[in-house]
Amino acid sequence: MRHGWKKAGILAAAAAASLGLLTGCHGSRQTAGFSAPEKFDESREYEIVFWAKNDTNKTQTDIYKKAIEDFQKLYPNITVNLKLYTDYGDIYNDVITNLSTGTTPNVCITYPDHIATYLTGNNTVVPLDGLMADERYGLGGSSLNFDSPSLEEMIPQFLEECSLNGQYYALPFMRSTEACYVNKTYVEALGYTLPETLTWDFIWEVSEAAMEQDAEGNFKVNGQNVLIPFLYKSTDNMMIQMLRQKGAGYSTEEGEIQIFNDTTKELLYTIAEHAESRAFSTFKISSYPANFLNAGQCLFAIDSTAGATWMGTDAPLLDISEESLVEFDTEVKMIPQFDPEHPQMISQGPSVCVFNKEDPQEVLASWLFAQYLLTNEVQIAYSQTEGYLPVTAKAQDSAEYQDYLSRAGEDNDLHYEVKIQASRLLLDHIEDTFTTPVFNGSTSLRNAAGQLIEEVTKSERRKQTVDETYMETLFQDVAALYHLDEAGLAKAQGEKQDLGPLPGTAVILLASLGAAWALILLALIWQRARKRR
Amino acid sequence: MKKSVALFLTLSLTLAFSGSVLAEEDTEATTEAVTEAVTEAASEETTEGTSEAAKSAEEKSEGVMTYAEYMDAELDTEVVIETYVQAKQSWWTDSETGKEQATFYTQDRDGAYFVYNLECSEEDYEKMVPGTKIKVTGYKAEWSGEVEIMDGTFEFVEGGDEYIAPAVDVTELLGTDELLDYQNQHVEFKGLTVEAQQDAEGNEVAFLYNYDGSGTDGDDLYFNVSLNGETYTFTVESYLCDNTTDVYNAVEELQVGDVIDAEGFLYWYEGVNPHITSVTVAE
Repeated sequence: MRHGWKKAGILAAAAAASLGLLTGCHGSRQTAGFSAPEKFDESREYEIVFWAKNDTNKTQTDIYKKAIEDFQKLYPNITVNLKLYTDYGDIYNDVITNLSTGTTPNVCITYPDHIATYLTGNNTVVPLDGLMADERYGLGGSSLNFDSPSLEEMIPQFLEECSLNGQYYALPFMRSTEACYVNKTYVEALGYTLPETLTWDFIWEVSEAAMEQDAEGNFKVNGQNVLIPFLYKSTDNMMIQMLRQKGAGYSTEEGEIQIFNDTTKELLYTIAEHAESRAFSTFKISSYPANFLNAGQCLFAIDSTAGATWMGTDAPLLDISEESLVEFDTEVKMIPQFDPEHPQMISQGPSVCVFNKEDPQEVLASWLFAQYLLTNEVQIAYSQTEGYLPVTAKAQDSAEYQDYLSRAGEDNDLHYEVKIQASRLLLDHIEDTFTTPVFNGSTSLRNAAGQLIEEVTKSERRKQTVDETYMETLFQDVAALYHLDEAGLAKAQGEKQDLGPLPGTAVILLASLGAAWALILLALIWQRARKRR
Repeated sequence: MKKSVALFLTLSLTLAFSGSVLAEEDTEATTEAVTEAVTEAASEETTEGTSEAAKSAEEKSEGVMTYAEYMDAELDTEVVIETYVQAKQSWWTDSETGKEQATFYTQDRDGAYFVYNLECSEEDYEKMVPGTKIKVTGYKAEWSGEVEIMDGTFEFVEGGDEYIAPAVDVTELLGTDELLDYQNQHVEFKGLTVEAQQDAEGNEVAFLYNYDGSGTDGDDLYFNVSLNGETYTFTVESYLCDNTTDVYNAVEELQVGDVIDAEGFLYWYEGVNPHITSVTVAE
């Protein structure tokens, strides 16, 4: 089985060019703002396109297909064409490419960060407030052909994540957080007892203790010559959560960049220290945490709860060979905390947005399908494919879902214990979750957060000096790379700037042009005057 | 206001120029012809130069590692190599940074180097046809068993010869530790039997879109082959060979039990995972 080899995110040059077009909106196709029709015209045929993301998981794609099939039975006049992606970045890039030509899908799985960029085009994404509240076709509406959740049955925190500038531009589809998957057997073999809530100090200490080697160079804890005690999949999340737990700056709601601060620097020094000893590494540098964990080469693997089916000796999905698999007890823990009494963890997961089209009836058909994804049938089925959580109380409280949760460990497939523990982790801590502010440029900031960790980790591995000078340069480089410097960000946000006085050369050029134009005009007047004579 | 003034004046100047441009069309055509002639002459010169340089092709430039030195180098150390492009996998621009990167399968006469996300403009990418000699400076890394060069930059080796590596038959090495010595090389396998895989519906199929069948036409193809009772997973990597290529279509046509010969690059992902570029069903 293959989880997937390391693919570069492909982006056609056209996509980058389109981004430029999009921000200025010159040359892009404009669509009038959406105005909801009073009644859905069921006498007409509609064909809508749905771009969906799956975690390279056949069961998930089957659920999408079944949802479409069931929806089409309810609305025989709507045909839904599915296009599957396995990467959010690819969807984002394709949407950007298609925005300028007006060929976006109708319904699309997305991240709120991405919507902020899509919204730089005019009327591209449909605001959903009106549709959600519509008595007939809104959430729990009277004219729907399916049992939709009411607005009150949406988990408020998850719905709130889809609000931008005071309006809802998406519906949450699934939610996950990050979990620390622990090789409890090895932690205890090192003489430690897992605390109820992991702390960063505990993880660093145990990770360093695990680095002890025997005379042959094998690590004592696993008897192998490979060990990365602490592996983090998404370093952007790592930095974001660390800063949040520390109460340090990341960004304001308005998009002011605050990440380049002393706390960030302090965190990077700690990470660098453990990267130097090789007790810590990242997915980008080493590979999937699950592969190392399952081979007994990692003690603390932090990855999404939506990756739980890959974690542990009995994981239903495996990338490594059976011979490499090691027996150990897996514990699913909250990500490490600085203040265990007040835990904080990120809320993430796919949302779904509706793109605007010329025909309001087509948009309404799209909305009906997007809303159908919130039904218990879809929510429960999809959430069971990974450590996801349904986004509606209607699904979470249902007898079917509760029964599913109660059967954790009954088998290593649908009821795989680690997966259900991961879902429970989020279910029990919804109040402790947070999201980062969304604005045009927030995707870049997120990437920059991860880049800082990747860079110090690589630098330590490459035996480069990580000191104050290094940090200053790193901050400057990363800010420049992601256009987070003041001017770049203001530009990204479309703010008007006072560019100051014109340079001397420009003044001379403008004066010359003005003089030339004045001479041309004078010549014309002189010519006319001569003709009249 | 400043912008409006500048725009107005620039526009007027452009309009003024447009008339004179029409008059100068003939001159431009002449210039183009001259440029073409010069380019052609330069191109001829380069070709001649290339054949001269070919005689000393095995020599590495100063400061450049031999393949053996590269293999001996520690992970995470800087490496400098000269190598020949064998295949291009993908070129892309990071949508957030604008950074242009590309991934290459490269090889010299001693061994192969997988060059991951090399800094490379689209213009240069187009020039990197198979056989092109390049000098790469980057860091040696390992990702899931795949040894590669990352964070690299490159330059074309001026006057460098061309080299296309012949496919080495490694059939007999499948399942042995020796196979690792051929990592990333252009290799071939002969007489492999296509084994059945199960799709999600439990049907026996010869290949899957994505490792578990979750993909669709255009995604990576995964197929299993066996030799001497052992089964191996081969991949048609869609960035390297998309669904318009012969190999992609050939794999889509495979039947369980077919005996095939295959060529490709000996990629590694938690074990051998060749990226296949050619498949022939034995008669």
